[in-house]
Amino acid sequence: MSALIKSSPRLSHLDRLESEAIHIIREAAGERTRLALLFSGGKDSATVLHLARKAFWPEKLPFPLLHVDTGHNFTEVLEFRDAEARRHGERLIVRQVEDSIVRGTVKLAKAEASRNAAQSVTLLEAVEEFQFDALIGGARRDEEKARAKERIFSHRDEFGAWNPKAQRPELWSLYNARINPGEHMRVFPLSNWTERDVWTYIGREGIALPSLYFAHPRDVVRRDGLLVPATALTPPRVGETVERVSVRFRTVGDITGTCPVESTAATVEDILIETELSDLSERGATRMDDRANEAAMERRKREGYF
Amino acid sequence: MRAVQPPAGAFDGEPGVLRFITAGSVDDGKSTLIGRLLFDSKGLLRDQVAALTTARGAQSALQDGDIDLALVTDGLESEREQGITIDVAYRYFATPRRSFVIADAPGHEQYTRNMVTAASNAEVAIILIDASRLAGKGLKAQTRRHATIAALMGLKVIVAVNKMDLTGWSRAVFEEIRENFERVARTLAIADPVYVPLAAKHGDNVAARSPHTPWYEGPPLLEILETIEAARGVSAAFRLPVQRVLRMANGARAYAGRVESGVVKPGDEVVAMPSGQSAVVESIRTYDGSRADAAEGQSVSIVLDRDLDLGRGDTLTSQDAQAVKSVTADLCWLDEAPWEKGRRYLLRQATRTTQALIESIVFVREMTELAEVSEASGLKLNDIASVRIKTRDAILGDLYGARPATGAFVLIDPVSNQTAAAGMIREAA
Repeated sequence: MSALIKSSPRLSHLDRLESEAIHIIREAAGERTRLALLFSGGKDSATVLHLARKAFWPEKLPFPLLHVDTGHNFTEVLEFRDAEARRHGERLIVRQVEDSIVRGTVKLAKAEASRNAAQSVTLLEAVEEFQFDALIGGARRDEEKARAKERIFSHRDEFGAWNPKAQRPELWSLYNARINPGEHMRVFPLSNWTERDVWTYIGREGIALPSLYFAHPRDVVRRDGLLVPATALTPPRVGETVERVSVRFRTVGDITGTCPVESTAATVEDILIETELSDLSERGATRMDDRANEAAMERRKREGYF
Repeated sequence: MRAVQPPAGAFDGEPGVLRFITAGSVDDGKSTLIGRLLFDSKGLLRDQVAALTTARGAQSALQDGDIDLALVTDGLESEREQGITIDVAYRYFATPRRSFVIADAPGHEQYTRNMVTAASNAEVAIILIDASRLAGKGLKAQTRRHATIAALMGLKVIVAVNKMDLTGWSRAVFEEIRENFERVARTLAIADPVYVPLAAKHGDNVAARSPHTPWYEGPPLLEILETIEAARGVSAAFRLPVQRVLRMANGARAYAGRVESGVVKPGDEVVAMPSGQSAVVESIRTYDGSRADAAEGQSVSIVLDRDLDLGRGDTLTSQDAQAVKSVTADLCWLDEAPWEKGRRYLLRQATRTTQALIESIVFVREMTELAEVSEASGLKLNDIASVRIKTRDAILGDLYGARPATGAFVLIDPVSNQTAAAGMIREAA
């Protein structure tokens, strides 16, 4: 804590977003009793964790962190996830998609298929196991069209499903978090943030991130206009040439579905400059599964995806 | 892993934000207008534009070698199938002068509740009128309803008279619409609406002045949005609804919440409502340090000079606040289930939830002539009414016009958990 006494009669755009997010997180904790904060180690969840720590400071978080591990995550991200939870002394619960596969609740068409969709099953199993009644996540409305219509407090029925046609009206900052047994809420404190806001805030606050977000040399192949990392899970196809390229990741999801972009941005400021210049949306540039089908996200969300 | 340091000076001088809603139907060219605003301000990215050309295949109307801008905003699959916008969609764009959040609300009557939802967090309403179909006919009932909602919620109104190209850029048509809307504005007490003639499809008077309207002296729509002052005033009276009680390192209690109006400083005497206990502010704490003051919009924690029996649902206020158990309020009914006379609903005001009973309906606003119908006996989806409400526990008697954050409430159906109504306190007794 700094001894500096601050006074600012006018809030900046970023201050207002921060204050709103803190208000939302405190409302979630005020209206629900069994919460978890979804923490993958990605930049959005790192931002939500930072905001949650501000919301309850000087106390610890009144809820655990939860990560659903597809088993296909980048090692750097998992190490970062564990280190952050340890550094802040917060409780971290990890549940594995692999365990759902062993239980038989997740069946994949191919062993190497993307496990992004399978996360929903494992997530709902965790909700049931811990009887969570609210999950706080880092989704933003600017990510894509289905998200653009989602409430800040979004209701999930007992199957974990989102019904876009029966969303509760959400007025002012009066969030209705009432549920019946077996149902839960998803809470999105970054709803009104854009990708640029998140990066600007990460820079302003000095929020730590996995090294993947910054430019580093990596073996990739060029496929359909995307850079696909050459890994054991995503090996080069016959006839493809592996190149070593300076890249960074804009999102860090399942290895089988997340592509880096060519970049030399070594700092948050560099990334902001690159983002200003980029004419591709965050998901368009980096997510193979979303590109496959424009309505992919809406379908996944109806099935309980975060 | 790395610790990131902010570059000095990189995050200063951010422009302010304006949140606005767009009210109108697909037929009025609303989605096209939003698409045009995003497109002309470079708010669309390359892959999003590409998706538009594949989204609806044969139906995709490529006019003037242009993309179908309306598809930008039609987010959900089911909506694309029906060709209408059902829910509220939020869009973000910025110009060098201001950042904007658009809440795109559907126009049809059955979606009035979505427009109310969108309006509750906006400062300005763009009400879209199709000039080509209105000449000589007067305003549509839908336009009167949109104006009513904008007036209820205290929004500044911009009347966008669209499809002016189809009228041959007729100044007479534009003036006729302006006069018609002025009458509505007088009835509803909407202060100084702004009028702009548009052809959103072709971009006339959206980002740049149109050569077709030499008789129009005002700025194009984007410039109006960049410069318009939000109608809602800033209230001096202090309100901080308590969200949570935190323990500081020294064991002192801190009341965590967001300042919803006014300013507070250490040394100020504050009153806890509804109990009426007084205390003096000792310090204002945040993760980032102690503060010399906290103003509207800031999430902080307040330490008082004595321990009060105070928790979530209570509000720290300046000395002017009153606790009441009966109010007159404007209500917009949002639930498909109609109001059931005599039934208890949950009333949520700021962080407080209590039981409430609608004692009587003063009037229901009829939407054709905007008349006040006083003998109404029921309330159903999309009705806008004035009602008398009684609460079990005391609530803050703040008036919505002066303090929207604490003068607003919602009613929740305690059985279905649906948000049943949006309310705005007009009189406290």
